[in-house]
Amino acid sequence: MNTIIELSYILAAALFILGLKYMSSPASARKGNLMAAVAMFIAIVVTLLDRQIISYTWIIVGIILGSIIGATSARMVKMTAMPQMVGIFNGFGGGASALVAIAEFFKLSQNSNLPMDSSITIILGVIIGGVTFTGSFIAFGKLEGFISGSPVTFPLQNVVSALILIVMLVLSVYIIGWEANWLFFYIIIGLSLLYGVLFVIPIGGADMPVVISLLNSFSGLAACAAGFVVKNDILIIAGSLVGAAGLILTQIMCKAMNRSLANVLFSAFGTGDMAAGGTTAAGDKSVHSIDNEEAAMVMGYAQSAIIVPGYGMAAAQAQHAVRELTELLQGRGVDVKFAIHPVAGRMPGHMNVLLAEANVPYNLLYDMDDINPEFAHTDVVLVIGANDVINPAARNDTTSPIYGMPILDVDKARNVIIVKRSLNPGFAGIDNELFYNPKTLMYFGSAKEKIQELVSEVKKL
Amino acid sequence: MPEGLLMSITVFVLAMFVGFEVITKVPPTLHTPLMSGANAISGIAIIGALLVTGRGNQYIDLIVGVVAVVFATINVVGGFLVTDRMLHMFKKKTTEK
Repeated sequence: MNTIIELSYILAAALFILGLKYMSSPASARKGNLMAAVAMFIAIVVTLLDRQIISYTWIIVGIILGSIIGATSARMVKMTAMPQMVGIFNGFGGGASALVAIAEFFKLSQNSNLPMDSSITIILGVIIGGVTFTGSFIAFGKLEGFISGSPVTFPLQNVVSALILIVMLVLSVYIIGWEANWLFFYIIIGLSLLYGVLFVIPIGGADMPVVISLLNSFSGLAACAAGFVVKNDILIIAGSLVGAAGLILTQIMCKAMNRSLANVLFSAFGTGDMAAGGTTAAGDKSVHSIDNEEAAMVMGYAQSAIIVPGYGMAAAQAQHAVRELTELLQGRGVDVKFAIHPVAGRMPGHMNVLLAEANVPYNLLYDMDDINPEFAHTDVVLVIGANDVINPAARNDTTSPIYGMPILDVDKARNVIIVKRSLNPGFAGIDNELFYNPKTLMYFGSAKEKIQELVSEVKKL
Repeated sequence: MPEGLLMSITVFVLAMFVGFEVITKVPPTLHTPLMSGANAISGIAIIGALLVTGRGNQYIDLIVGVVAVVFATINVVGGFLVTDRMLHMFKKKTTEK
């Protein structure tokens, strides 16, 4: 029986790897997800057959309850709310791993002599899992709007965080090296939960792609730690796959912002006080604003157009209107493409999911590196709710806080229409010289209304 | 160092490398589904939760274990379903266009 269980775990591990591999192409991705789900199912079923398990009642209750909550939220969630959904699922995964480690601590520490390898992995599991748990809930709150999306800071924040880490370290060393003190263990649980809050709360909304990716990685590593704790390789394998995936995404996101991970996590970017360098007095500069009719003329009579979506499109839920506009323009013979910046939105690939929901064919979507050479010979660029990712200061102004960040070369196109509520600076808190460029047309209003109005005007042409 | 632990560390290191190799190839279009799919996989902690709950020898195991089972199941079921929903949207276009 044990051999069968072990073999099934290996089968599940192989399916997890294959599933992730299949995820690398849109055509096979759905199958990949299904394979991973099957792998999970196999792992769960063989575990239930394990002789170590003697009571099933509460397991069944737990599974039914979890399935109902999970399935309902997965069905109800709107595509625009996907970042917070992924965030909160992450938190539950991390929480589960921490709880497994906690239960194991209570079991092992009863005969007072906790082997060193168990105590190390238990503490790692509790800390990583605990941080993931509360960190994800804070990320969820920020994305959902319960908590301010801008960085929340207080005096000596970094000092307090460092102190917490030191206390956790000291207590851990005591538990590992001397005795399994329950009080100290409770304090470690509490501090890791607190640290999760402090870790995410100073990070601003537009940096969420990095945070969500990192928490994703943590939830994997927490599962890994739980695997070491219960001495089960399938947890270690699946956990490290997720850990690796999250780390890669984190790296891609940081690179796309030209900032180090440490800078994203600890600098409370976007509070505004660091903007001084890049800001030039805007008072003497004028902007050219246009109405619906003019915008429709520019778009409708262009030969080529590139649409640049940003978080503003997601926030206004304008993706369906954008699809309608795209089809209308295509019907008039305009060559329409989409330029997607890697950190547009609140999580990696956010724009792609929204446009897919609105039925925009994914072959119209281009990554930054592929589309940048095309701006120079494009008639018009329509920017919807994006700002920092098109700010030429990242290229020209060495004093700007975003200098060096790869941007979409929108300013090279013949005309630029920017849909925006006001001239307020974007997340990084810096002015955008592109707004004052003579070829830029500001189209003021909420993304959804403006695009809908644009659609009806283009129809009249 | 206990032999079992050494084995586990070997598995951990190798699996990390496999993860890096397999995932670097995912195109940006699929980053969100990849993330939410991977996220569902991290619900593998459910195995640990089942073992803890099922050994049923302690009150504390039962309480902590059941909560862990609920959490992990939310992660697994919700994660896979939501990923499937997203990928379904991507698939639609290939057949229509």
